[in-house]
Amino acid sequence: MNIYAIRAIYLFEMARTWRTLMQSIVSPVISTSLYFVVFGSAIGSRITEIDGVSYGAFIVPGLIMLSLLTQSIANASFGIYFPRFVGTIFELLSAPVSYVEIVVSYVGAAATKSIILGLIILATAALFVPLHIQHPFWMLTFLILTAVTFSLFGFIIGIWADSFERLQIIPLLVITPLTFLGGSFYSIDMLPPLWQKISLLNPVLYLVSGFRWSFFGKGDVSVEISIAAIFACLGICLAIIAWIFKTGYRLKT
Amino acid sequence: MSQSVISIENLSKTYAGGFQALKSINLEIRRGEIFALLGPNGAGKTTLISIVCGIVNPSTGRVLADGHDIVTDYRAARSKIGLVPQELTTDAFETVWATTNFSRGLFGKPANPAHVEKVLRSLSLWEKKDNKIITLSGGMKRRVLIAKALAHEPQILFLDEPTAGVDVELRRDMWALVRELRASGVTVILTTHYIEEAEEMADRVGVINKGEIILVEEKAELMRKLGKKQLTLLLQSPLTAVPAGLEGFALELADAGNALVYTYDTRGERTGITRLLAGLADAGIRFRDLQTTQSSLEEIFVSLVSDRR
Ligand SMILES: Nc1ncnc2c1ncn2[C@@H]1O[C@H](COP(=O)(O)OP(=O)(O)O)[C@@H](O)[C@H]1O
Ligand SMILES: [Mg+2]
Repeated sequence: MNIYAIRAIYLFEMARTWRTLMQSIVSPVISTSLYFVVFGSAIGSRITEIDGVSYGAFIVPGLIMLSLLTQSIANASFGIYFPRFVGTIFELLSAPVSYVEIVVSYVGAAATKSIILGLIILATAALFVPLHIQHPFWMLTFLILTAVTFSLFGFIIGIWADSFERLQIIPLLVITPLTFLGGSFYSIDMLPPLWQKISLLNPVLYLVSGFRWSFFGKGDVSVEISIAAIFACLGICLAIIAWIFKTGYRLKT
Repeated sequence: MSQSVISIENLSKTYAGGFQALKSINLEIRRGEIFALLGPNGAGKTTLISIVCGIVNPSTGRVLADGHDIVTDYRAARSKIGLVPQELTTDAFETVWATTNFSRGLFGKPANPAHVEKVLRSLSLWEKKDNKIITLSGGMKRRVLIAKALAHEPQILFLDEPTAGVDVELRRDMWALVRELRASGVTVILTTHYIEEAEEMADRVGVINKGEIILVEEKAELMRKLGKKQLTLLLQSPLTAVPAGLEGFALELADAGNALVYTYDTRGERTGITRLLAGLADAGIRFRDLQTTQSSLEEIFVSLVSDRR
């Protein structure tokens, strides 16, 4: 194990985070606050409670998930795509590091960043609505597993992408809609039956549901299914990454 | 310790598009030497280096670096190697200090500020250590790349076209540094398409063209060939044969007997020119003009390359 390399890459990536503190931390906090103002206050004044939880509190897990997913993907995909784009990847490829070490350090840094971000959003949310987390252990577990899984997914996108447009297309066209439609801002019980069924095809629903369960003890689906879903996503991402590295896909000619 | 620090056997590379960039290369690099890989653009120099360094996958063949297979034992192999790439690719927003220390860590070495300081000082980068790379000139960026490559104390250093587009001062500094590195036991392999660079720096020269190594020679031997000079005498009246009494000289008739060509070694004690001219006068041969030409490494190179076409 090349511990020094993992450390070097991890710290390098984290340094990038601190350098771009504004984009990294401040802007998600601002946008989350805006969501609270718009959804929590405006819509929340009409929908008072869902499942016995005030609407303002109800959307907190969904909002955190929304940021966690988009930020994990953005951080990890950019982290590996940028060296490919400018050519500094040569150093990584010529270094005595294994693929596992590369993934651990890049994905570790991206996940760290989005976990910090998730906690900051949680703290911001606590300023707006009183929050009581019923299962803090599971809340953290979901937070970490989701951050790691989607950082892995971002890493895959960063290797697959061959332009900045492609880098953004999946988060924009797939992840954001799935998150919005995955029950971040409503319970699927509120939907007509057909749409409930369709919603069940959305993997993000299971993540949001499980995460919400850890807060309020109740989700759209049972927590076991949510846990199984997150591990399934994790497994799929790991399998794809294993394949990428086995074939050297897009990294080496 | 074996004599070869890098050993390349039957190495071929066919790129995804089907283009064969390297054709069964065999090459041994000796421990501690400065080896110049000389070849025109597109010859395959960067491809060859990239394979040895692990950036490009070989199609067939085997490479050992300090006895370690670069594929199956890549960790040991790569930790011995430093690479200064052809392109100026650096992290724009990092400081010189941070990026150099990063490279050291990446190559599996514990932090050693004293060594990094020494490297930066030797490259006149110490004053710039806290500057962001983006603020540096092209020449300075090249120095940063060299510092990064030396940060982990490699035994083998690859310099891919180190002086292309580099100012005179940096070129001189770089050559001095390369000599220093060799003195400390580091093997240096540099690629270039500048013959003077190979001439100036190398212990041995390998010529590569169209993916094939067509010559590997001690530089001294190449220089010996290079030391040959020709004196051409344009005669007032044509000759049919080299005149009797002048057979002792390496003379040839040219231009339908209108010219006499004398080949000599500039580095010999005497060139024989005085004697030749005296002999010509004795034989009553008059000439209206004379010129000397030297076959340069460039010409040797061109003739080698064109022989292969
Ligand atoms: N990634 C690649 N895909 C296809 N062909 C390539 C690639 N990289 C280099 N080549 C081709 O291989 C040949 C050798 O390139 P290179 O090794 O860069 O030569 P040199 O460094 O001697 O100028 C060139 O014809 C180049 O166009
Ligand atoms: Mg090249």
